Amino acid sequence: MKWDEFFVTGDPLIYGADVAIAVTVLAIVSVLTYFKRWGWLWREWLTTVDHKKIGIMYLISAILMLFRGGVDALIMRTQLAVPNAGFLNSQHYNEIFTTHGTIMIIFMAMPFLIGLMNVVVPLQIGARDVAYPYLNAVSFWTFFMGAMLFNISFVIGGSPSAGWTSYMPLASNELSPGPGQNYYLLGLQISGIGTLLTGINFIVTILKMRAPGMTLLRMPIFTWSTLVTSIIIVFAFPILTVALALMTFDRLFGSHFFTLSGEGLDMLWANLFWLWGHPEVYIVILPAFGIFSEIISTFSRKTLFGYKAMVYSMIIIAALSFLVWVHHFFTMGTGALVNSVFSITTMAIGIPTGVKIFNWLFTMYKGRIQFTTPMLWSLGFIVNFVIGGVTGVMLAMAAADYQYHNTYFLVAHFHYVLIAGTVFACFAGFHYWYPKMFGHKLNEKIGKWCFWLFMIGFNVCFMPMYFLGLAGMPRRIYTYDPESGWFSLNFVATIGAFLMGAAFILLVYNIYYSIRRQKPEVSGDPWDGRTLEWATDGAIPPHYNFAVIPKVTGLDAFWRLKKEKQRERIDDAILPIHMPSHSGKPFMMSVFFFISGFGLVFEWFWMGIVGAVGVLVIMILRSLECDKGYYVSVEEIKRDLSSIKQ
Amino acid sequence: MAKPQAAVQNKRTFPFKHFVGYLFSIVLTLLAVWVAFESELPAKVIMNVIYIFAFLQAALQLLMFMHITETSNGRIQTGTILFAVFIAITVAAGSVWVMSAGHS
Repeated sequence: MKWDEFFVTGDPLIYGADVAIAVTVLAIVSVLTYFKRWGWLWREWLTTVDHKKIGIMYLISAILMLFRGGVDALIMRTQLAVPNAGFLNSQHYNEIFTTHGTIMIIFMAMPFLIGLMNVVVPLQIGARDVAYPYLNAVSFWTFFMGAMLFNISFVIGGSPSAGWTSYMPLASNELSPGPGQNYYLLGLQISGIGTLLTGINFIVTILKMRAPGMTLLRMPIFTWSTLVTSIIIVFAFPILTVALALMTFDRLFGSHFFTLSGEGLDMLWANLFWLWGHPEVYIVILPAFGIFSEIISTFSRKTLFGYKAMVYSMIIIAALSFLVWVHHFFTMGTGALVNSVFSITTMAIGIPTGVKIFNWLFTMYKGRIQFTTPMLWSLGFIVNFVIGGVTGVMLAMAAADYQYHNTYFLVAHFHYVLIAGTVFACFAGFHYWYPKMFGHKLNEKIGKWCFWLFMIGFNVCFMPMYFLGLAGMPRRIYTYDPESGWFSLNFVATIGAFLMGAAFILLVYNIYYSIRRQKPEVSGDPWDGRTLEWATDGAIPPHYNFAVIPKVTGLDAFWRLKKEKQRERIDDAILPIHMPSHSGKPFMMSVFFFISGFGLVFEWFWMGIVGAVGVLVIMILRSLECDKGYYVSVEEIKRDLSSIKQ
Repeated sequence: MAKPQAAVQNKRTFPFKHFVGYLFSIVLTLLAVWVAFESELPAKVIMNVIYIFAFLQAALQLLMFMHITETSNGRIQTGTILFAVFIAITVAAGSVWVMSAGHS
C-alpha cells in the first residue's frame, strides 16, 4: 500500500480536516508541555478509577463526538438544501451519513448516558464507587479507543459508507472494498467491549452496593433505569459482538456467513443487527426516561407519581424490546404472519411508554413547578417525544410501513424519538448534575436561550421531513431533481439544522462562561434535590463520596433526611475508608486494542497479532498483581470535612 | 439452600473445576466441528447434534465457570436464568422463524 492510498487525498474538505486535526493535536501537546501537565494528566485522569472522573471523561468524549456527528449532519443538510447541489459527491455523502449515524448512536448517545450514570448512580445509592472500579476504567478506555479508531477513518484509509446498519451485501468486500467497512467492524467491536463491561459493572453495583435501608423499591428512578438498561446491555450486546465478528470473518478471512456467494444469508445480518439494534434503542432511551423522572420530580417539588408503575413499565419495556426487531425490515418480504406478530409487539411497547408519559404529567399536576433549564428540556421532551412516539405507532403497522419504509418519514420519526428523547435527556441531565461535577451551575439565562434555539431548530429541521417522506423522498439520497417538489421543505430543514448547530455553540459557550463567571456552590444541594447524590458534603463530593454512608428510610431518601433534620454528623461515626488504587493498565491495554484493531482494519495481521499479544500480556500482569487498595484515614476525612465547612 | 462455599474458595488449590470445564468445552466444540465437516450424516441430523452439543456446553459453562450453584438468593438466580433462556430462545428460534418464513 502506498502512502497516498493510506491517507485520504483529493478532497478539500478532508485537507481542511487534516489541518484542523494537526493544529488541535499540536495545541494540546504544547499546552500540556508548557504548563507541565503531563504528569497531572497521567495521575489524575489516564490512570483514575474514580467513577466521577471516568464519568466526566465519558461526557467530554461524548460532547466531542456530538460535535463531530453534528458537523456531519450540517454537511449533509448543506448538500440537501438545494436540488442538484455539488457540494458532496455520492460516495462522500454515503460516508458522511454512515459516520453520522454510527457516531451519534454508539459514540455520542451511549457514552453521554453512561457518563451520567457513572457520575450519578454510585452517589444515588450511597456507594463509594462502582463495584469494579478497575473494570470501569477498562470500559471507558476501550470505548474511547474504539471511538478514536472509528473516527480516524475519514483521514486515514477512508470512511465506511454502507450506512450505520451496514447491510450485507452492500457492506461486503465486493461492494465496499477498502478499509472503510473494517473500521466500522473493529471500532464497534472494541468499544462494544467497554459497553458490555459497563452493563455488568452497574448491575453488580446496583444490586450489591446500596446504602443500608435502600431496598430495590426505594431506589431512585434513575438508578432503576440504569439497572434495567444494564440488563438489556448484557443480553443485547453479545449479539452485536457475534454479528460483527461474523462479518469481520467474511471480510478478512473469506467466510460466507452473510455473503451472496457460498450460500451465505445476507439478510441474516439485518436480522442479527436489529436483534441487537432494537434493544439498543431502549438502551439509549430508558436512562433518558430516568433522567427526566428525576428532574420533573425535583422541579415539581413532588415525589414521582406512580413510582412502581414507572419501574414495572421499564421492566416490561425491557422484555418487549427483544420482541420487536423485525419491524425494522418488514419489507424483507417474510410472511404476513411474521409481520403481523411483530406489528402487534411493536404497538404493545407503546403502552408502558404511554403509562410513563402520564406519570410525568401527574407528577407535575398540582406541583410547584420551577422552570429551570433542566426542567425546560424535560417539558420539551414530553411534547416532542409524543410526536415521535405517535408516528412510531404509524410505522409499526406493517402494511402502512411499506409506504413509509426508507423515506424521510422514518428519518423524521427516529430523530424525533432519539433527539427529543435521548439528546434532550443528555442536555437536561448535563445541566442538572453539572454542579455536582464542577461545583457551579451552568448559567441559566444562556441555558434557556440554548434550549429554545435548539428546540425550535429541531422542529424546523425535522417536522418538514415527515412531509418530505409522505411526498416520497427516500432517505440516503445525496441529491434530488428540482421537479421533485422537495426543494422548499428541504431548505427549511437545513435552516433548522443550523439553528441546532448555533444552539450547540451556545452550550459550549455556556460551559466557558460558567467556569469564569458563575459563583461556586457552597452546599452539595444546589437544586433542593430529593435523592442521595445531593447529600454529599461540599458541592463536589470527595473521591470517597460520603464521609459516612447515609441511612435510607424510604423513597426520596435525601428529602426525608432534610425533613427529619437528621443531617448533623456524628464525628465518631467516621471510619477509615477502603478505596481502590489507580492503575495505568486499563489505558495501556486499550492502546493495544487500538493497535490490534488498526492492524486488522488494514489487514496487516502482524500488527493485529502484536496488539493482541499486548492485550494478553497486560491481562496476565493484572492477574498476577496483588493489589488490595488503600485506606483513607479518619484524619484526612475530618480534614476534608472541616475545609468544606469554612 | 446450599451454604456459601467461601471457605472452600479461599483455599489455594488447583482449579480442577475450571480446567475440566475448559477441556470439555474445547472437546465439545471440536466434536461439533467434526460432525459438521467430516461426518456423513444428513443435514437435519447434523443440525440436531450441534444443537445438543451447544446446550450441553452452555450447561457445562454455567456449572463449571458461572458459579450457578453458589448463591445466597435462589430467587434472583432463577429469575436471571429464566430471562436468559427466554432471550436465548427468542434470538435463536426467532431468527430461524423470521429467516425461513415466507421462503418455503
